[in-house]
Amino acid sequence: MRPLPSPARNPYWRFLVAGFRGQSAYPLAMLAGLVANATFGLLKGGIMGAAVESAGGELAGYSAATMAAFVWLGQGMLGSVNLWGGSDLQTRIKSGDVAVDFLRPVSVQAAHVLTDIGKGLFALLPRGLPSVVIGILVSSMALPPSAGAFALGLLSLLIGIAVSHASMYAVATTGFWLVESRGISVFYMAFSGFFAGLFTPIYLFPDWLLTVALLTPFPSMMQLPIDVLSGQVTGTAAWQHVGVQLLWLAVVLGVGHLTTRAGRRRLEVQGG
Amino acid sequence: MNVIETEGLTRVFTGRPDPKNKLRRRRHVAVDRLDLTVEAGESVGYIGANGAGKSTTIKMLVGILVPTSGAVTTVGLHPLKQRRALARRIGVVFGQRSQLWWDLPVRESFSILSAIHSLSAADERSRTAELVDTLEMGGFLGTPVRQLSLGQRMRAEVAAALLHRPELLILDEPTIGLDVLSKQRLREFLVTQRREHGTTLLLTTHDMGDVERLCDRILVVDHGRLAFDGTLDGLGRTVGARRELVVDLATASPDLVDVAGAEHVRSESDGLRQRLAFDPQRTTAARVLAAVSERAEVVDLSITEPDIEDVVREIYRATRR
Repeated sequence: MRPLPSPARNPYWRFLVAGFRGQSAYPLAMLAGLVANATFGLLKGGIMGAAVESAGGELAGYSAATMAAFVWLGQGMLGSVNLWGGSDLQTRIKSGDVAVDFLRPVSVQAAHVLTDIGKGLFALLPRGLPSVVIGILVSSMALPPSAGAFALGLLSLLIGIAVSHASMYAVATTGFWLVESRGISVFYMAFSGFFAGLFTPIYLFPDWLLTVALLTPFPSMMQLPIDVLSGQVTGTAAWQHVGVQLLWLAVVLGVGHLTTRAGRRRLEVQGG
Repeated sequence: MNVIETEGLTRVFTGRPDPKNKLRRRRHVAVDRLDLTVEAGESVGYIGANGAGKSTTIKMLVGILVPTSGAVTTVGLHPLKQRRALARRIGVVFGQRSQLWWDLPVRESFSILSAIHSLSAADERSRTAELVDTLEMGGFLGTPVRQLSLGQRMRAEVAAALLHRPELLILDEPTIGLDVLSKQRLREFLVTQRREHGTTLLLTTHDMGDVERLCDRILVVDHGRLAFDGTLDGLGRTVGARRELVVDLATASPDLVDVAGAEHVRSESDGLRQRLAFDPQRTTAARVLAAVSERAEVVDLSITEPDIEDVVREIYRATRR
């Protein structure tokens, strides 16, 4: 049998690892992020916990324990999913450095998205895990009911990270036309966090707004992975969540692919 | 085989609306019906004033800018349609942009690029070792790119562009901002690289030294059109690209007007400092210096290169006449 090629020879694997390792160069930034996450986690935990309590111990299917899990898992994911709207591609289009990306014999989209996923995965270590530990220490947050649920939760988390970065990539490709796409980012940010479940679970929305949210990729970035990871949904429902996420991943990757192809012809590499 | 071929290559940029007629946008013809062929193994200097169309041409050659009209093939490929195939066969260094991973050690960037270009593990080792050795990069292989000096980074950039042994190496302002020694090293390396691997070179520069030491063919571009295409000799004949020997003498001396092969330009401080212009095609700095030494005691000297801007200006003047 022929030995499998080493992953080190695969450029896409290397992009993922480069993102992961590049991010490890900034430990202080990570620590600052964690402090911010934890602070807001305590605030959010207090507010959401009080809301559940005043609703008589259950709110939109959340108990005190699952609501605490919602808060702390969400805080832990903040360093890994991109809800704030900026990206490397955006700055590279503006500076013209994107020229270098197109001069490599690889998919520009895959290179960028994988690098960003790599960064997101690294952030789970200094920001994700500690947030969950803090959550466990300060609250009675629910944990995955079984090893299988936990494994599926991790998969869902990974897809969530991928959906967020693939979406952000597609948003950044508007820079091929606009050069400066920060306006689009701000617009994106106005919706992403709200519909992803950053502030409250989307199940607290009125029906019509919940429907709107579910017609966007945002819940797949955060709300759905939290549902699966916390055991809020289990069994078939959990698999359905993952299926929806995969569907959105395919959609945002497809959009990014098309906009890259069309945008490349519009690109006027900036500066010398 | 022609490594580069363009026919009627044109790029027009449309900018902000014309202030006089708001309905019309300003048009700027950056490259204007350029016909160009570069054969394998040539070393071509592509020079011109800022905004003459050098970078725009290069961007179209490598497929990161769509031409408005005309045709371009690079190493026999269509740069836009065959982007990835082209990227495997050319190397590009933009003096102002980095292709390295900012936060990772230099070694890691080389390794990722080797994977991108599908080099085998053994090939990666030998090629990296060769480049590290000839470009003297051993001292900073483990340093993150963001901590490198400009000279170190440029060497790493050139190495990164050459890892996959491209047939064509395009350098856009490769020596910009480098000190004399770093420039010298880089030029020597490029000369060796070309000799050993037959790499075709195309470089844009504002440095006459680059052109003199690296290029056997020179293209001068003006307003997107070729104003000159020929050898350095020819360029010298056309514009008289002379060097100046500046000598500081031990005692005030009369003007050195009778030095063979050199022309006295002017004297300063009662003849303590004198400037002599000479044509490097006809004589050498050493011969001029020897002739000067016979007449007066030289305590210090320097040589000034003709400014590329002057050469370009001369060409422009000659062609617009």
